[in-house]
Amino acid sequence: MAAPVYRASLPDANELARERRRARLRRFGGRSVLYSAASFFTLFAALPFAWMLLTVFKQNADLYDPNHNPFLYNSPPTLDNVRLLFEQTQYATFIRNTVFVSVFVVVITLVATVPAAYSLTRLAGRWGESLGIAIFLVYLIPPTLLFIPLSRVVAELGVRNSWWAMVVVYPSFTIPFCTWLLMGFFKSIPWDIEEQAMIDGYSRLGAIWRTVLPVSIPGLLTVVVFSLALTLHEFVYALAFVTSSAEKTISIGVTTELIRGDVYFWQSLMAAAAIVAIPVAILYNLFLDRFIAGFTLGAVKG
Amino acid sequence: MAAIEARGITKRFDGGGGAAVDGIDLASTDGEFLVLLGPSGCGKTTLLRMIGGLEPPTAGDILIGGRVVTDLPPRARHIAMVFQSYALYPHMTVFNNIAFPLQAAKLPKETQKQKVGWASGILGIDHLLDRKPRQLSGGQRQRVALARALVREPNVFLLDEPLSNLDAQRRASARDELQQFQRRVGTTTLYVTHDQVEAMGMGDRIAVMDQGRIRQVGTPLEIYDDPADTFVATFLGSPPMNLIPDGASGLLFGFRPEHFVPASDATGDDAVRFPFHVHRTEYLGAERLLYGAVGETRTIARFPANADLPIHVGATSEFAVRRRDLKRFDRETGLRRDQIRGIG
Ligand SMILES: Nc1ncnc2c1ncn2[C@@H]1O[C@H](COP(=O)(O)OP(=O)(O)O)[C@@H](O)[C@H]1O
Ligand SMILES: [Mg+2]
Repeated sequence: MAAPVYRASLPDANELARERRRARLRRFGGRSVLYSAASFFTLFAALPFAWMLLTVFKQNADLYDPNHNPFLYNSPPTLDNVRLLFEQTQYATFIRNTVFVSVFVVVITLVATVPAAYSLTRLAGRWGESLGIAIFLVYLIPPTLLFIPLSRVVAELGVRNSWWAMVVVYPSFTIPFCTWLLMGFFKSIPWDIEEQAMIDGYSRLGAIWRTVLPVSIPGLLTVVVFSLALTLHEFVYALAFVTSSAEKTISIGVTTELIRGDVYFWQSLMAAAAIVAIPVAILYNLFLDRFIAGFTLGAVKG
Repeated sequence: MAAIEARGITKRFDGGGGAAVDGIDLASTDGEFLVLLGPSGCGKTTLLRMIGGLEPPTAGDILIGGRVVTDLPPRARHIAMVFQSYALYPHMTVFNNIAFPLQAAKLPKETQKQKVGWASGILGIDHLLDRKPRQLSGGQRQRVALARALVREPNVFLLDEPLSNLDAQRRASARDELQQFQRRVGTTTLYVTHDQVEAMGMGDRIAVMDQGRIRQVGTPLEIYDDPADTFVATFLGSPPMNLIPDGASGLLFGFRPEHFVPASDATGDDAVRFPFHVHRTEYLGAERLLYGAVGETRTIARFPANADLPIHVGATSEFAVRRRDLKRFDRETGLRRDQIRGIG
């Protein structure tokens, strides 16, 4: 920025007008940079979805001809690919399994992380912080290492080749991650209101229920969103522990059944992805503000 | 029967050196406004939290209404506490904040409404009941916190520096309101502060604390006129009490700046004389301060601004203190060596 110039005389009208014009230009310039950046990233994020949706309704002849523009329908759109997805694979079953696994994993994660994060922030004294980080480190061990020992666990529990295997295994990564996330939240909530609630007539549990949890709803939502996302895109464990179609979740179901040898059923794959992605995207958008609030809070304080 | 009583109460924190609260005995009388005064870090909050049941004592007992409550959780003590931060529930409206203790007691909805109306009326916040705490000013938050404390008609109020979040102007009027409020409801109050003006102005009695111990308990007058040791003598009063070592007796002579007057004004022969060398005078509107030294010791004298003083800066003149205004302290222990009133 230029150093300010101090004039002894008053600036004349022309100069003032010029100054104002320059300011407006600067504002306009700032705006246009902002909007072009936003447009670019919107396009960047939305383009794959658009392409995916377009591909769903394409005929094979249209899709595989390299001379065709991929963003236009050169042959009329068709529903055959979606029909194939539902009629020749157990897609509805995959969805059902995914929903069951997600609900169980999210509930288990919440039930385990809320008390864990609470005790680590409030009750464990100076060990809490280090323990929290140690727990988080567990999350960083890749599933490609863990699936071998975990397969023993799954076998012992008698849930091999069943979606229950995923309900058992997925919390092993959602809990560490979400515990660490929630610790950041609980740390940002003042002790005072909890102690005040205890003075006002509640037990510690009652005080937590009525003050800490309502105030940490953004944090709890963040936990739900993250455990949901981690569950939806998990692949290695699902592939390793489940082989029968009736027990598969979407992430492995469609990839194992719509890629037959070297034949990719691209349009049906895209349909399978779009059908789950769109409701999830809408759900996330509904909670976007709280979600961001939660995530940044956790990130800064964690 | 004392509303609040501490018996040999002690608190040591893990890994934290000495005791934060070191064997305190303290009893309030029924309905009194008892102020706990001491410098920052002397253990006031810790003592208050032990009385409230938020911190388990290392040793000793807490009695409320004559009953030992040391092992009872906070909710069973039937007390109200106002935190320094006010600790309003951010997700609730003012109404629900105030009604919260009543909900905890499972009172019928109608009764809750009526009591919230009563408490918010006393504190003049009826019009704020639908707001959330973040929409309130500091002073309004303080009233909401007080209303919430009042609404359950507790045995005891515990207040931890409730005025420290207000700006200086609001603080003076809030002091007045708070005291009137306590007089009207007549509930025994333990009020923690590090501000001697608050303590002197509001307390029926003051307990002066330092390093986890009670140094003296007494009315503001007793504490000011008859400090039990040099800590109390210098902690209260602004400027503080002068302390001059006396060669003959090996004691410290203490006297208030306003009792240090030119020898010619000290009538009778019961005055003790000191040669006072004046370095500087300070004119503070209503009063005038003379800064100087008696021997090697810094000493201050205070006069009304309109006093006619034949004093020159840089000169030494004969000053005196009436014998009954002179306090004697042990030079080693700092304890008073002459007769005093009001030791708790
Ligand atoms: N939770 C705690 N853990 C360790 N030390 C503490 C804790 N709370 C207070 N202390 C220590 O106890 C002493 C008294 O603190 P406090 O009661 O807060 O003083 P005050 O309220 O008079 O300013 C201080 O030295 C403080 O550092
Ligand atoms: Mg304190």
